[in-house]
Amino acid sequence: MKRIVSIAALVLALTLILSATALADGFRTLDEIKESGKITIGLFHDKKPFGYVDENGEFQGYDVYLARRLAEDLGVELEIVAVDAPNRIEFLQSFKVDVILANFTYTAERAEQVDFALPYMKVALGVVSPDGALITDVEQLKGKKLIVSKGTTAETFFEQNYPEVQLVKYDSYTDAYLGLLDGRGDALSTDNTEVLAWAIENPGFTVGIESLGSLDTINPAVSKGNETLLSWINEELVKLGEENFFHADYEATLRETYGENADADALVVEGGVV
Amino acid sequence: MQDLGISILFKGVNFQRLLLGLWVTLRIALITIGISTALGLLFGLLMMSRSRAARGFCRVWLEIVRFMPQLVLLYLVYFGFARLFGWNLEGETSAILVFSFWGTAEMGDLFRGALTSIPRHQRESAAALGLTKAQINRYILLPQTARRLLPQAINLSTRIIKTTALVKMINVTEVLKVGQQIIGQFYREPSVAFWVYATVFLMYFLICWPISLLAGRLETRWSAG
Repeated sequence: MKRIVSIAALVLALTLILSATALADGFRTLDEIKESGKITIGLFHDKKPFGYVDENGEFQGYDVYLARRLAEDLGVELEIVAVDAPNRIEFLQSFKVDVILANFTYTAERAEQVDFALPYMKVALGVVSPDGALITDVEQLKGKKLIVSKGTTAETFFEQNYPEVQLVKYDSYTDAYLGLLDGRGDALSTDNTEVLAWAIENPGFTVGIESLGSLDTINPAVSKGNETLLSWINEELVKLGEENFFHADYEATLRETYGENADADALVVEGGVV
Repeated sequence: MQDLGISILFKGVNFQRLLLGLWVTLRIALITIGISTALGLLFGLLMMSRSRAARGFCRVWLEIVRFMPQLVLLYLVYFGFARLFGWNLEGETSAILVFSFWGTAEMGDLFRGALTSIPRHQRESAAALGLTKAQINRYILLPQTARRLLPQAINLSTRIIKTTALVKMINVTEVLKVGQQIIGQFYREPSVAFWVYATVFLMYFLICWPISLLAGRLETRWSAG
């Protein structure tokens, strides 16, 4: 008798688990979001100037600017979920957010787990050098010393495409920048967002080459298979491109970081077209 | 440079935000400690139960909380439950669930330890003197168990308070997460990180220190008596 009871209990428990699994139908479609009157978007909370919280407790930044607009055009309220880099995919896969806009770089590996919309930003390599011997073209680097950090895209890019450039490698970003300040190389290369911001803080240095190499793009991402939401975002990005929305976004949120002379087109993608 | 770091703490509503974060930390910890204490006493009794199944159940529970990192449990409940069962729990609810799951087992084990550490002859002597079972519990066992349990229970409470720092990983804006947000705002000023973390440290310290002091005092007073 006892055994029968425990077997029955086990079967019941399994049924409950299985039926609960069936209930986890997952993401919210476009209509469901509209109906609920609220869209949840995952944003960075500590990555200025892309997604951060200002001293008044308000979310700000390039990604946040877009998130507000998406909610506005959808006619729903925006609910922000503060995410961190390592758990961005997890938030989508567990349907805790509808969209991730946390400066999410497109990679083939990630594309297997989530669905990416069209890009709204791009990141390439930049080259910073002293004003006195400014390098504005990659050809000028031949035979010169270029500082890179080990393991970065800059290192692989120059090794493969410009073997005649002499690389000076450092273990960390901090050391690499110090190397440039000490004159251990003629220029330094890493992500353009990084060098642009660095050059602003270090007078006497300018980013002569703002965009080089294969581009990485930053795209909104939705849960795998959420096609209604994905296609709405894509249409929306194209529409926003017509009014040069992302240039306005750049002026409002990134200009301060990258300075008066930086070219917005080095980072901004309008209408999803790189 | 150093002054700048401090002034940023008071810029806008930054300091209020830190305090608000601290309140979230405390709220999670206090509810957890309450639940853990109540359920922990039941758990402790269950651990001493005559039923082998009940003891085995407790054993498995206790081992799980001891071996599983709290962060894994938090992810399991916050993300895993949503994925597997469609239970979309709030971060704070998930945190209270996980920490209570942990606190109950630990508290139960402490209770069991305290109760069984009372020499058997006391109970037997009391019975020989003609005390009823209720009287033995009331006058002999409970007071001594409480004395032995309290310092350790307080110690567990401070551990729970400190462990709440993990909940920032599941979208709960507690004091440490607010701290990181303030650092993120002023990422170009290295001194900000120092001042923010120092403040957060001080906040944890001001909460845990008096509790720990109390535990130490109770321990000396009671062991002397």
